[in-house]
Amino acid sequence: MSTMAVPDVAVAPVDEGFWTRNRKIGAVLLALGVLAAVLFGALATDQQARFTLSEDSAGAALAVNGTFGAILFGVLAAAAGAALLAGVPKRWFTLLLGVGVVGFVLAFLCWQVSAAPTGQNFMPMVNILRGTFILALPLIFGALAGVLCERSGVVNVAIEGQLLMGAFAGALFGTMSGSVWVGLVAAAIGGAFISLLLAVFAIHYLVDQVVMGIVLNLLAVGLTGFLYERLMQTDTAKYNQPPRFSNWEIPLLSDIPVIGPALFRANIFLYLGLILVLVIHIALFRTRWGLRTRAVGEHPTAADTLGVKVLRLRYFNVLLAGLVAGVGGASYTLALYTFTKNMIGGKGFIALAALIFGRWNPTGALLAALFFGFADQLGTYLGAINSVIPSQFLAMLPYLATIFAVAGLVGKVRAPAADGKPYIKG
Amino acid sequence: MEPGEIHALLGENGAGKSTLMNVLYGLYQPDEGEILVDGTPLKLKGPSDAIAAGIGMVHQHFMLVPVFTVAENVMLGAEQTRGGIGGFLDRRRARREVAEVSERYNLRVDPDAVIEDLPVGIQQRVEIVKALTREVDLLILDEPTAVLTPQETEELLAVMRSLKAAGKSIVFITHKLGEVKAIADRITVIRRGKTVGTASPEASRDELAALMVGRSVRLTVDKAPAQPKEPVLEVTGLVVDDDRQCRAVDGVDLTVHAGEVLGVAGVQGNGQTELIEAIMGLRPVLAGSVSLAGQGIHGWSTKKVLRAGVGYVPEDRSVDGLVKEFSVAENLVLDIYDRPPFGSGLALKPDAIAKSARERIEQFDVRTPSADAAVGTLSGGNQQKVIVARELSRPLKLFIAAQPTRGVDVGSIEFIHSRVIRERDIGTAVLVVSSELDEVIGLADRIAVMYRGRIIGVVGPDTPREEIGLLMAGITPDAATPENAATPTAATPDAPTAATTGDTTDGTTGPVGDPDGTTAGPATEGPVNEDKA
Amino acid sequence: MTIPNPGAGSPDKEPASEAQAAQDALDNAERAETATATGAETATATPAAGKPVGKPAPGKPTEPEARPSLGQLFLANLWAANTVTVTVLALVLAIVVGAVLMIISDPEVLATYSYITARPADALNASWTLVSEGYANLFKGSVFDPEAFSGWLNGSNGWEPVLAPISETLTYTAPLVFTGLSVALAFRGGLFNIGAQGQATIGVILAALAGFLLPLPPVLHLIVAVLAGALGGAIWGFIPGILKARAGAHEVINTIMLNYIAVYFLSWLIVQKGIQDPGRTDAISRSVDGSAQLPRLLGDNLRVHAGILVAVLATWAVAWLLNRSTLGFELRAVGANPDAARTAGISVTRTYVLIMVFAGILAGLGGSNMVLGSTASALTPLVVAQIGFDGILVALLGRVKPWGVALAALLFGALQAGGNRMQSYSGISLELVTVLQALIVIFIAAPALVKAIFQLRAARAARLHTSLAKGW
Repeated sequence: MSTMAVPDVAVAPVDEGFWTRNRKIGAVLLALGVLAAVLFGALATDQQARFTLSEDSAGAALAVNGTFGAILFGVLAAAAGAALLAGVPKRWFTLLLGVGVVGFVLAFLCWQVSAAPTGQNFMPMVNILRGTFILALPLIFGALAGVLCERSGVVNVAIEGQLLMGAFAGALFGTMSGSVWVGLVAAAIGGAFISLLLAVFAIHYLVDQVVMGIVLNLLAVGLTGFLYERLMQTDTAKYNQPPRFSNWEIPLLSDIPVIGPALFRANIFLYLGLILVLVIHIALFRTRWGLRTRAVGEHPTAADTLGVKVLRLRYFNVLLAGLVAGVGGASYTLALYTFTKNMIGGKGFIALAALIFGRWNPTGALLAALFFGFADQLGTYLGAINSVIPSQFLAMLPYLATIFAVAGLVGKVRAPAADGKPYIKG
Repeated sequence: MEPGEIHALLGENGAGKSTLMNVLYGLYQPDEGEILVDGTPLKLKGPSDAIAAGIGMVHQHFMLVPVFTVAENVMLGAEQTRGGIGGFLDRRRARREVAEVSERYNLRVDPDAVIEDLPVGIQQRVEIVKALTREVDLLILDEPTAVLTPQETEELLAVMRSLKAAGKSIVFITHKLGEVKAIADRITVIRRGKTVGTASPEASRDELAALMVGRSVRLTVDKAPAQPKEPVLEVTGLVVDDDRQCRAVDGVDLTVHAGEVLGVAGVQGNGQTELIEAIMGLRPVLAGSVSLAGQGIHGWSTKKVLRAGVGYVPEDRSVDGLVKEFSVAENLVLDIYDRPPFGSGLALKPDAIAKSARERIEQFDVRTPSADAAVGTLSGGNQQKVIVARELSRPLKLFIAAQPTRGVDVGSIEFIHSRVIRERDIGTAVLVVSSELDEVIGLADRIAVMYRGRIIGVVGPDTPREEIGLLMAGITPDAATPENAATPTAATPDAPTAATTGDTTDGTTGPVGDPDGTTAGPATEGPVNEDKA
Repeated sequence: MTIPNPGAGSPDKEPASEAQAAQDALDNAERAETATATGAETATATPAAGKPVGKPAPGKPTEPEARPSLGQLFLANLWAANTVTVTVLALVLAIVVGAVLMIISDPEVLATYSYITARPADALNASWTLVSEGYANLFKGSVFDPEAFSGWLNGSNGWEPVLAPISETLTYTAPLVFTGLSVALAFRGGLFNIGAQGQATIGVILAALAGFLLPLPPVLHLIVAVLAGALGGAIWGFIPGILKARAGAHEVINTIMLNYIAVYFLSWLIVQKGIQDPGRTDAISRSVDGSAQLPRLLGDNLRVHAGILVAVLATWAVAWLLNRSTLGFELRAVGANPDAARTAGISVTRTYVLIMVFAGILAGLGGSNMVLGSTASALTPLVVAQIGFDGILVALLGRVKPWGVALAALLFGALQAGGNRMQSYSGISLELVTVLQALIVIFIAAPALVKAIFQLRAARAARLHTSLAKGW
């Protein structure tokens, strides 16, 4: 993305004076922290806000008085903001920003949990954590698909379509064969099918990649919707009762409190997703394939002059992305639900947001996906305790966060230089 | 080509040098004909074949990934891996290789530096290292000196000599005669895609130039002595940053008078572009002032500057000067479309636009199939004429032309030069920026030399080339011995002040470019500059 | 300044005649060259007219009869740009793929293929019946139903069923014209407005709020409601516009994100007190007052309403804006080359903001059509359907030219209207229409593919410029 602003009028009091970016963020954080301390502190009740380490109200818990907690964490966030505003060294930036954001969220939670109806003043951490990961899962796969594509210079707006096609193919062939593994392979191929179209049209026919992505999403919605109505709805037992992967418990690790039950008693998709993040991250930055992929995404002509087969690598990566996203789609139908029309419902675009928010980096994308998943899970939780905060506004959070990110408010976001540009030899 | 030979390929812009070499490097496929290496015909399907055949190339536009380190760039395409199928990169070995090669040929390249942080000269050496690590025998250098300072050019020539000593053959593509004579063993001249002759380095410059362009060209421009009047453009203490927020213009003072041409000479990338863009309101002015006929125009929008009577030919016509998809007619009104008679209120007047286009096309000899042809289909020279026609079609106080004849055929060059001089003769102040020293010398009545964001000297057009060349390299004659006396000042009555940098740690430039006495503007000297900075 | 030519003179530069100008407009250099070649000798000759009999008239460059007829222009245009051919063929390809989908998704028909070697007629017959019936219903639902016509002739029904398909088509066309124009306008300015969906959503919200919250007299109420919709779209367009201009944030990303923010805002809003229909518990708002609804054109039984007239007006306005206004000049210049536009004194940032605001207004108008027209009268989460995304397809299919967009919207409207009938009569899911639409645009976007499939001769216009956006 061309993050270069187009300065129009040449009056430029250059802002590299006192108000550096860090200071601006510090000021915002300070304001938010103060707001949290005052507002949340006032709204919170004297009830204990209990963060239980289990799936319900039972067991050990971290408990804090609601008002006190809200004020405490609000002040903490404000302090982090003040430190940034005062101009601490740059290396402290990430840490302080993290402290500030977490402090704000905790202050918010103290208020919410303490203000919940009596008997519900607790937040089951295992549930929240597990829900976060489950909701983040399609985002992780989707964002990885984005990383694979875009690092080699092909914009992938078709993540939504790839996930959807994966989910559909997984459900259809999983049901027909009765095997989860057949379903998984079919899902991967389904995702790759959309990828293939993207690759052929974007790389070979030089169709604009964003246009193609949008159209492919519609095609996927139409195709799966059509076949769903024609086949699955008429004979559910035959076409849409996919088998499911059961949860695998990992010895030892699953006994760790909170994390164990949340993460290590999960199904194959969670493990697969986390492993893929690791593998792709290492491959991208440590291997020949990764070096070439990044070169092709940044400066394809340079790569070409050194004998790297630009188009072939792009084809390969786009197809790989389709496989990954297809598996991500299967994480719906081969683990949780039966297929329904348009069941991805915009998750592909949140995955795109996670990709951008995570700066085209597998690990960054993972963190962004988890953050978005947490926002989603929090919405569900707040709905359950009848919070005054409408869940719709929490659902907006990922999108808002991304807008802030690309507007440069949370640091500079730089896409691979050749992202979206078709490569024409000569 | 013979081993250990430096073969210069000489030709004008667009003569086909680069295309030929791209074919040789396997990037383009030849339509017919064949390439012989050691007597056997070679079929190059791609660059990897060329590399395998021992041919390496340093492209005019560097083929380096900006966000990669030197080592990463060097190993790309020929990665050493360990760990079997995983294909893990052996970074240590790559770094060692870079260090070795750069030591052997005295290239001084740090393997861990990131490309985008490196100056152009070093980046070029990275390109050479890249080729050398692939153990090429034949190295093609495509216009390697276009972006270099004279000093860096010297260093490059030294590197080439050491490569030659090591038995490598070099094809050296350029259109600069001096360098060719300095280093080449053999010279092939190309014109319009054909070899028109070979020469030895002993051939005279005139001979070579004649071979290049096909007829003898006058590098000088016919013109009467200038009759400068009141100052029109006055720039004082100007400070401007480039796109990367690095200081590009660092305290420039300039004055251009009505009826004179001030030429700005300098190696590309010394702040000329930013200087002009700042005057045009395209780039923020951080300090200092710009005034047009006594009125401060810094901080104005580009539109307002243009309206105030400034004509501007930008340096890169295809990027900044023209909308290629637009017709010739539309491009001819690109900056006056909303002025009567072409537009009134919200409505355009297509008839007026078409009529004016027909007139301009005729007056400025624009060779186009019609006024409605997309301007992108025209030749470079005619495209440039469209811009010049547009800018010279309204009454101007100041005319700024940046690289007015870059990539333009000889006929168009003469035409454009004559229009520039004519504009001067009707009393417009003209500012010409060019990296072609000959052009500046030919056109200008006074020459300001820019180096590292400063004007380090203002000299007359009859100053010896060598002296200007030294200034371009940042070498100033000793400030203690003023050159005024030595410089012939026939062309400019108001005695151009000679090179005085005032040797500067901050923005206190001396009275450079400020022809004494004539300054009607505010008494702006160094101090003002300091205040703002 | 009229200074005679120095240097090399060019004798052949007779001022281009209008005929010549028209010729050139048809095609690129190749054609234009021939025009000048002949034009040099006989200044008035059209390429075809080499008649020595005609008056020589060397002095007069412009002659009325030298102007080629409209028909000639049209034919030449058709041949030169080849867009119509490609469009038709793309349509054919999409229909074929659609037929295949119908067959493979019908288990009974599919079953006949298991013994196709034994009795091929069975498979072919079954397939033909299925497909032809489906597409016949598509046609009957969108253009013309012969049964209704004969019914009208023999008096068994009135004239209304005869016009019903057209009415339906136009009803679905109107909002698509607006969103299509929205996307097309932005495209011409170099911006990819994926946010028409969100702009339409905010537009529909404000239009509906004005429609049931403001107590205004009939005509005024309608005008206010429509303008409110436009305002909503403008706001939602302004945000990515200003972010692009000030922070360089890519509009593709921001408009995508804003789409979803708008959807969540809508779904929150309609369950709020005072907005939600008091008689309902589900997510639906109160209904728009009758005084704020667009009048129906053909009586109460047919749904076509005044929105289609506004849409035609909007098409004309956008066409004028693009081609005949200074603003359009700026917009096109910025779209084609922002650097050159900036250098020529055009404020790129201002233009970006204006483009997005205008695009937003158009999409907002499309949104207001959805609640002030006849498709719905209250807000629901899905009230704007897919018109924003469909608008992207419409804009591409219409080659981002205003009248092309209007025609493309008509085609999509017809598909939608016919799809409804196909669904209820042949049981073929409406989703097939989405598939067809996507396929048409895919084929259009890659004309080279269509040409390869149909073995057309090498196209003269090498690549159709549907793609303008420049990635991230």
